[in-house]
Amino acid sequence: MDKMPKWADVILTPLISLILAMGISAMVILAIGESPWLALKTMIDGALGSSYGWGFTLYYTTNFIFTGLAVAVAYHARLFNIGGEGQAMVGGLGVALVCLALPWPHWGIALPAAMIGAALFGAAWALIPAWLQAKRGSHIVITTIMFNFIAAALLNYVLVNLMRPVGSMDPASANFPEGAHLPTLSGMAANVGLEWGKNTPVNITFLVALLACVLVWLLIWRSRLGYEIRALGQSEPAAMYAGISPVRITVIAMLISGGLAGLMAINNVMGEAERLVLNAVEGAGFIGIAVALMGRNHPFGVFLAALLFGFLYQGGGELALWTSIPRELIIVIQALVILFTGALDNMVRMPLERIFLAMRRKGRA
Amino acid sequence: MDFATIIQILDSAVRLMTPLLLACLAGLYSERSGVFDIGLEGKMLMAAFTAASVAYATGSPWLGLLAGIGGSMALALIHGLASITFMGNQLISGVAINFLASGMTVLLGQRIFGLGGRTPSLTGGGRFGEITLPFADSLQGVPFLGPIYSNLISGHTILVYVAFVCVPLTWWILSQTRFGLRLRAVGENPASVDTAGVSVTRLRYASIAICGLLCGLAGAYLATGLSAGFVKEMTAGRGFIALAALIFAKWRPWSALFATFLFGLLEAIANRYPDLDLGIITVPSMFMNALPYILTVIILAGFVGRAIPPRAGGEPYVKER
Repeated sequence: MDKMPKWADVILTPLISLILAMGISAMVILAIGESPWLALKTMIDGALGSSYGWGFTLYYTTNFIFTGLAVAVAYHARLFNIGGEGQAMVGGLGVALVCLALPWPHWGIALPAAMIGAALFGAAWALIPAWLQAKRGSHIVITTIMFNFIAAALLNYVLVNLMRPVGSMDPASANFPEGAHLPTLSGMAANVGLEWGKNTPVNITFLVALLACVLVWLLIWRSRLGYEIRALGQSEPAAMYAGISPVRITVIAMLISGGLAGLMAINNVMGEAERLVLNAVEGAGFIGIAVALMGRNHPFGVFLAALLFGFLYQGGGELALWTSIPRELIIVIQALVILFTGALDNMVRMPLERIFLAMRRKGRA
Repeated sequence: MDFATIIQILDSAVRLMTPLLLACLAGLYSERSGVFDIGLEGKMLMAAFTAASVAYATGSPWLGLLAGIGGSMALALIHGLASITFMGNQLISGVAINFLASGMTVLLGQRIFGLGGRTPSLTGGGRFGEITLPFADSLQGVPFLGPIYSNLISGHTILVYVAFVCVPLTWWILSQTRFGLRLRAVGENPASVDTAGVSVTRLRYASIAICGLLCGLAGAYLATGLSAGFVKEMTAGRGFIALAALIFAKWRPWSALFATFLFGLLEAIANRYPDLDLGIITVPSMFMNALPYILTVIILAGFVGRAIPPRAGGEPYVKER
């Protein structure tokens, strides 16, 4: 018998954790001598108060959906992929190589090609840690951390020595050709006569991200492979007994995870910067961890959590602009969300379970 | 490359390896007791910030050191709470601690000093001075051994010597004392320790406290010994290199000394020769910077000597009821 009803597990616990994290964040803001209420108002105004704010919020949301899904898929196989950052970085390299390879005539052709490039490169960067975990038992958390640093060094080398245009001092690739520029949502709105989100980076990738949520849901809960991934995650001996190969599933789950993280690059590299720059990922790979934890590894939860973090990210930028609160406040909030929804989960869960047990006992008596 | 250059590079390697060595030993205590710690980076960063702030305010590096230890210990306590008391995921807790330190240091730094997250530069008495060992100057002239003694061994801050003393001390504690035996046992098989009537919780908290202490030393050294003040993100991945060194050393103190020396040497060489010309090929500094991570992955892969972590590592201990 479950200790508590499903809704309490899926909605109540993350909600209480979130409230705890936000409460402590408010105390942090108070401690540095600012008003939490004013901070919240500034953030809401800046991130959700105008179509301009929404344009940026949804742009960040797109990044976090991809990295959040990446962590979630791996987590279903009980693999903790901290390597989203590196996989997204290398995915950006894939996008840049594809976009610069041909004078693309139209984005409609460039986008699928770039997506393949992004997913392949991201997946390739997850392949070695996956294989080492599956075959040699090397802890995937450690290897993916190491691969984040190796990716940063690799990107640094490639941008400074190989992809930098002649005469440029900037460690960045050349600009992508016109035909590889993705349509922005504001441009699409303008085409149907709406004025929405002018000069914002949110682009068609947002729709791709929503599609990815649906596909991941189908994969995890409606496909044979998804069943195998979840079975392995629940119990390795049981999965083996059922004829599921742990090596195969570990590698496949990580390849999908790395591919999803890599796909983030079509948003930030192809959609926004339109060239490959150093540190293009800006920590979105790590935010994916918070997003997946918060969203309970469910695609819909990931979408909601990504929206929340998109709001925090854009709102944090506005805070730094209008108040004296640095945007690092967002990192603190992110840390608290990871701490409460991930590591201190039992702190919320144990008392809740006790309450529900007591209620049930009373109901029976 | 002449002798003086080699001495200079080795001297720089010793300076750079010190925070790695302290953090590596910190991780060693924690992980040998069965608590994975990927939050070394965050603890060091927090310690560097609190140490620099207090050293600036009081002008005393010693008070700064205490504050550094305090800052690091506070985060260690959170890690203990999450991973021991509430039996949470130790890796996730470590990730959270890294972000917490990264955000809080800038937030507090901006609030207190208003310099965009760094502390004002420490001058003179606010830093740990370099110690000249006895006879260092008079032995300078002795061929070969003279420069080694006076330029390489002498002339470091106190924390460098403390770090080196910690290696035999850690070896002695782990292998020769009752506490060390229990600590190792709790990392391999906590149930047996529990059966023997020793508290698993208390042992793990003790080792996490030692871990916090050593990370505090490492952070304080970064901010008040190696450089003069705190800069945003000044640990720059050192906590993860220390973690890599710990795996490289297969969780053993003496090997940790060699692993951190190797990684410190790589960093020193990369700093001195941004593009290392080996005649046939030129090694870019990025490769040298990534080499510790690459070597660790190779070691983890188990092709060159297998690194086996403590068996109960990462598992919260649940007492049977």
